[in-house]
Amino acid sequence: MSIEILMPALSPTMEEGTLAKWLVQVGDTVKSGDVIAEIETDKATMEVETIDEGVVEALLVEAGSQGVKVNTPIARISSDEVATTSASAPPPVAPAPVMAPAPSAAPASVVLVDPEVPPGTPMVKVTLRDALRDAMAEEMRRDPDVFLMGEEVGQYQGAYKVSRGLLEEFGDRRVIDTPITEHGFAGMGVGAAMAGLKPIVEFMTMNFAMQAIDHIINSAAKVHYMSGGQISAPIVFRGPNGAASRVGAQHSHDYSSWYGNVPGLKVIAPYDAADAKGLLKAAIRDPNPVVFLEHELLYGIEFDVPEGDDWVVPIGKAKVRREGTDLTITAHSRMVGFALQAAEELAALGISAEVIDLRTLRPLDTETVIASVKKTNRLVTAEEGWGPMGVGAEVIACVIDGAFDWLDAPPLRVHQKDTPLPYAANLEKLSLPNAADIVAAARAVTNR
Amino acid sequence: MAAKKSSGSALVSPSNLVNRDEALAYYRDMLLIRRFEERAGQLYGMGLIAGFCHLYIGQEAVVVGMQAAQKPGDQVITGYRDHGHMLACGMSPREIMAELTGRIGGSSRGKGGSMHMFSKEANFYGGHGIVGAQVALGTGLALANRYRGNESVSVAYFGDGAANQGQVYESFNMASLWKLPVVYVIENNQYAMGTSVARASAETELFKRGISFEIVGEEVDGMDVLAVRKAAERALEHARSGKGPFLLEMKTYRYRGHSMSDPAKYRPKDEPKQVRDTRDPIEHMRHYGLEHGLFTEEDLKAIDRDVKEIVADAADFAQTSPEPDPSELMRHIYVEA
Ligand SMILES: Cc1ncc(C[n+]2csc(CCOP(=O)(O)OP(=O)(O)O)c2C)c(N)n1
Ligand SMILES: [Mg+2]
Repeated sequence: MSIEILMPALSPTMEEGTLAKWLVQVGDTVKSGDVIAEIETDKATMEVETIDEGVVEALLVEAGSQGVKVNTPIARISSDEVATTSASAPPPVAPAPVMAPAPSAAPASVVLVDPEVPPGTPMVKVTLRDALRDAMAEEMRRDPDVFLMGEEVGQYQGAYKVSRGLLEEFGDRRVIDTPITEHGFAGMGVGAAMAGLKPIVEFMTMNFAMQAIDHIINSAAKVHYMSGGQISAPIVFRGPNGAASRVGAQHSHDYSSWYGNVPGLKVIAPYDAADAKGLLKAAIRDPNPVVFLEHELLYGIEFDVPEGDDWVVPIGKAKVRREGTDLTITAHSRMVGFALQAAEELAALGISAEVIDLRTLRPLDTETVIASVKKTNRLVTAEEGWGPMGVGAEVIACVIDGAFDWLDAPPLRVHQKDTPLPYAANLEKLSLPNAADIVAAARAVTNR
Repeated sequence: MAAKKSSGSALVSPSNLVNRDEALAYYRDMLLIRRFEERAGQLYGMGLIAGFCHLYIGQEAVVVGMQAAQKPGDQVITGYRDHGHMLACGMSPREIMAELTGRIGGSSRGKGGSMHMFSKEANFYGGHGIVGAQVALGTGLALANRYRGNESVSVAYFGDGAANQGQVYESFNMASLWKLPVVYVIENNQYAMGTSVARASAETELFKRGISFEIVGEEVDGMDVLAVRKAAERALEHARSGKGPFLLEMKTYRYRGHSMSDPAKYRPKDEPKQVRDTRDPIEHMRHYGLEHGLFTEEDLKAIDRDVKEIVADAADFAQTSPEPDPSELMRHIYVEA
């Protein structure tokens, strides 16, 4: 009896890869655990181990083949006594739906020219991941006091490869691998900042910054005030925030509103690579502690970024990503993509939505939001995190404050369901907000 | 002396004598973990398991040896590399695999996933995704035992990387100060993701980490199930008799990457193979048993077949068990009064 070995996935979002190399030949005897091939994606190379035993009968895919789809048979092994129940991989009975990759920056039909980009500036396509790296590299070249510290930022090149190449360029004095001790190294970062350096502290994900949140709030955010203006903490705390893909309750936390609550902190949550780069550079230059919230599901997406090393986006300014007249949708981080997608669907229904990317959560650009609501008279807020005491609640409070008389309907909030994030594919989908939720809320506030 | 290195191979020591039933049981339990994890890796590759999935392959002797020395009522708690611990605790392979696929038949009804699994029945308290958290929690389980005046000991497992978290030492201090019945087990597999122990720890002999808290520590060959069992007996007896915490550093090794998405480029390419060829815990037990006439090749073949069937059944169940009903989304946020 023969067993087919299938092309494996390296990650839940992988759909295809390159079969780089075969490490066995037809006729070889293999046993469970033997490495038989190497496969590659743009992010990683992985060894394929067989869990079956027998003789290699055929290699079905040539070494060097690119674009081999996950679950394609790549080899056949003949097995004798293992031809019992468990040897061959049964085809998935009901494949658990894998969360769809983040939508790309679906260009809205009404494309606005970014007022901050000087006309004629050449643009380059850069992934969000590399835009963040470029921002750090440029600022480290510019200012010898800037350094990066965190778990796996150096030799491993970043858990999500954001710091790729930085150790090689700047050495281990300025790109520092730490032990798994968030509370300690965040506090050390604040201490170094108090002494005048400009640390960038990377958290592998913001979930782990919870170990360190005391230093972020009690030390970094308050020291300037408590010292009567004598001491400051020019530090950036950054890392991926919010839900990734199927990583469960303890690895999917959105902290936007938590940090947004704290005076003394600035809080940034960009959507595209140009903003990520320009705002990270601004954050590093800012004399205050800045919490910079990234999104893992955006890291691999390419966006247009202005060429050169002088692209800095001001902190505290929202951006109108799409103009509209019937309602205003506010969003930040990954939700901006869903808001733009929703606006597109709403346009098909004859509803004209204005999409505001908040970009900075503290200080919040209430002026831009209020001006928009005064035009559209209706508001939907969208965020990935929980609703109660959230960013949407704050935006609505500001609008009530500044444009109460202009409102034609009670504003609505779109947010994660009020649950820890479940692991099961179907429940995760139900819990997280998406474009359809925004469309539904928009239809409700516009009565259409 | 508060910390010691166990001398040489414990296998030759007569006090390690093991009977046929025990030898077969340890072989079987380790093999079950190995085959279960291999199958989990395969289901991951097929997209049936998602997110992070940390395999325990290579470390099997640690949990099997510890469990062999535990008594009913003793609690177990660990991090996210938890599948082996649950199997050793006696949880059913079906409910573990179904949790990995996020189905209603899973131990957390599909809501926890690989890193977050629990079983009150098996005294398994998780399954925790935050590195180091289980050490304070496990010490709290010991506090409850002391509070109730029962005889149980809590066993808290953590990695060499987790051993650098501050809360570990806060827990050590209180556990020792209050003589809490807890056994700390550091599973030193030499790497925390891509960081070797030497790159992260000023004191690389982790069994000495308890010295300034007056916690007895011991280094153990974590690839040898009998050495583990022997050390576990001493440690558990120490904790149970009211002498306070005990620290075991298990020298072990993970064969696979940190999680399914880690290509493990940071270690010498032939290192896993070398460990596998020379120190594999299952092979070790196999040779020991055959050499000492504890069992025959036929015995092992029967176990191999048995284990294969159990794992195949678990994998089938994990694919046919339905997804949780949507009503599960809003359940268990609060305890219903
Ligand atoms: C507080 C916290 N920081 C970081 C992480 C990310 N992380 C998960 S496992 C891991 C490495 C842990 O290594 P170790 O303790 O040696 O255990 P092993 O994985 O080797 O079993 C890291 C950094 C996390 N989950 N929690
Ligand atoms: Mg480790």
